[in-house]
Amino acid sequence: MSLAVAKKGAITSIGPSAWRPAVVAIAILLVLAALPSLVDPYQTVLLTYGLIMAIAALGFNLLLGYTGLLSFGHSAYFGAGAYTVAFIVRDLGAQSMELCIVGGLLGTLLISALFGFVCVRHTRIFFSILTLALSQVLWSLAFKFFWVTGGTDGIRVASAKLTLLGGLVNFAGPGSFQRFVFAYYYYVLGLFALATVIMWVVVHSPFGKALQAIRDNETRASFVGISVRRYRWIAFVISGAFTGLAGVLWVPLNGLTTPDILYWPFSGEIVFMSVLGGFRTFTGPIVGAVVFNYLKTYAVASTEYWQLLLGVVLVVLVLALPSGIVGTAARLAARFTRGTS
Amino acid sequence: MTIFIIQLLNSFFYAAVLFLIAAGLSLIYGVMRIVNLAHGTLYALGAYVSAWVVGGAVGHAASGTLGVAGLLLLLPVGAVAIAVVGAVIEPTLLRPLYRRPEEYHLLITFGLLMILEDAMKFLFGGTPLTAGSIMDHMGSIPIGRLLYPTYNLFVIAIGLIAALGLWWIIYRTRFGVILRATSQDRRMAAALGVNVSRVYVQAFAIGCFMAGLGGAVVVPAQAAVLGMGIEALILAFVVVVIGGLGSLEGALVGALIVGLVRTAGIQFFPEIELAVLYLIATAVLLIRPTGLFGRA
Repeated sequence: MSLAVAKKGAITSIGPSAWRPAVVAIAILLVLAALPSLVDPYQTVLLTYGLIMAIAALGFNLLLGYTGLLSFGHSAYFGAGAYTVAFIVRDLGAQSMELCIVGGLLGTLLISALFGFVCVRHTRIFFSILTLALSQVLWSLAFKFFWVTGGTDGIRVASAKLTLLGGLVNFAGPGSFQRFVFAYYYYVLGLFALATVIMWVVVHSPFGKALQAIRDNETRASFVGISVRRYRWIAFVISGAFTGLAGVLWVPLNGLTTPDILYWPFSGEIVFMSVLGGFRTFTGPIVGAVVFNYLKTYAVASTEYWQLLLGVVLVVLVLALPSGIVGTAARLAARFTRGTS
Repeated sequence: MTIFIIQLLNSFFYAAVLFLIAAGLSLIYGVMRIVNLAHGTLYALGAYVSAWVVGGAVGHAASGTLGVAGLLLLLPVGAVAIAVVGAVIEPTLLRPLYRRPEEYHLLITFGLLMILEDAMKFLFGGTPLTAGSIMDHMGSIPIGRLLYPTYNLFVIAIGLIAALGLWWIIYRTRFGVILRATSQDRRMAAALGVNVSRVYVQAFAIGCFMAGLGGAVVVPAQAAVLGMGIEALILAFVVVVIGGLGSLEGALVGALIVGLVRTAGIQFFPEIELAVLYLIATAVLLIRPTGLFGRA
């Protein structure tokens, strides 16, 4: 009896047709698109940060959730994107955001291809330590070469000087920041939607299935002819590029890039987001990033000891809800539908 | 020549502190296979507790009756306090996680790091604490034409004594045999009647004691500041990666290498001094993932 019920539950949970998630996604997208006219600009800024971090966490989770590799050095790729943009704006005098994105992505691809080539030689804890050590190389360089990177002062990137969509949208004149916040939200939302679709296609492609095979059993995966190390490397580069794109988008909104985003606790925050949402699901990191961003903002605003608060959340999460928000919600929903049918 | 000797002593001083931190990290990994991201923060907490005790009312009373010896006797209070913290953390937070994948070990110790960092801010405030009076009282000794603080030599001696003491505990006592047996095969040790849970608490507490001792001995020379643990953890990582995770000899050799490279780096290539250390760690991981002294 119970077996039959469990089987039915399993079938309904793994066999939704492709159009249902698409409809849900479009509905969420429409709600997100309507939000800036309903809430005050501060909430719009917060949500923009959340969406940017969602892109980073989405990229990160290709490694943790789908390939089974825990990177503790994703600050490196976020920072690589952010610093490349800062250099492009400061040293080349570029104003086009699209140029920044292309440049930032190239910079990140270079770093993540190089670091990934080294890191995928190991798995498990050694992979984590390798990614951590390499990310700290970048941090120490950004920290020490102050005549290039501005040291702890960082590099300023003025949002007012940037243009979006090849110069169609610029922010010269009065009310510059308000107009920037409004337009930039849609810019980020568009790229977030694009990134999500691309990641969805990647994890559901044969390549994505191969990654999951590697995650579940490396030996069997190599026996069926998957070139494990190369697949891991490609996954690493894609993952780094997504996180790098987040770094690129983050800089103009923050207006400043500092070595803090290269320091290893920031990598920890990216891990935190994915676990908070649930790294065993596709949407988990997205939800986790947005929620984490709100959580952190309100914790910082309400208490001096916000780090303690977040630490307690993480500990409770690991001990009590290891499957995260989305994973737990899915389990509760499954139990609910089982209960009613 | 004098400069060279002083720089050598500086790197030994630095290596002694790093060894204390890294040996604890390595011991905990060796026995329980847990990479403790909060280890650097425990070191910082040890520094704060020691500075607070030495600088507080107890410290004044002790220095009044016993002079600098009284203050030195108070320093280990930080280490003992951290051992107690460790003995509380292991059964409550870590024990439920041994069966889970190691990602969760990293996550929970990262959460612990965040909690402890703010607990320090709450307990001791944002201003740096120091136990500099010890350093002042102990004076300095002449080396060539220059003066060198006696206290630094004392720390080097502590590092050596700690290394010998740990070696003696692990390789020459009954407890050490049990520790090594548990580290090699937890289930077999349990089957032979070893109380594995107790060994784990003891091993974790000893590891934390070492971290706290590192903080305690560093605080007369450098002030305890917020964020010092986060930096120290990464350097301790470099040490254990070079020497081999879980190896005591490795921690010693790794600490010496990092101490020497760092001192030379500050002298000759200050901009890339840290980057060089991380690159050495990366190179070792690539060529010999188990480190110079690690087991497979």
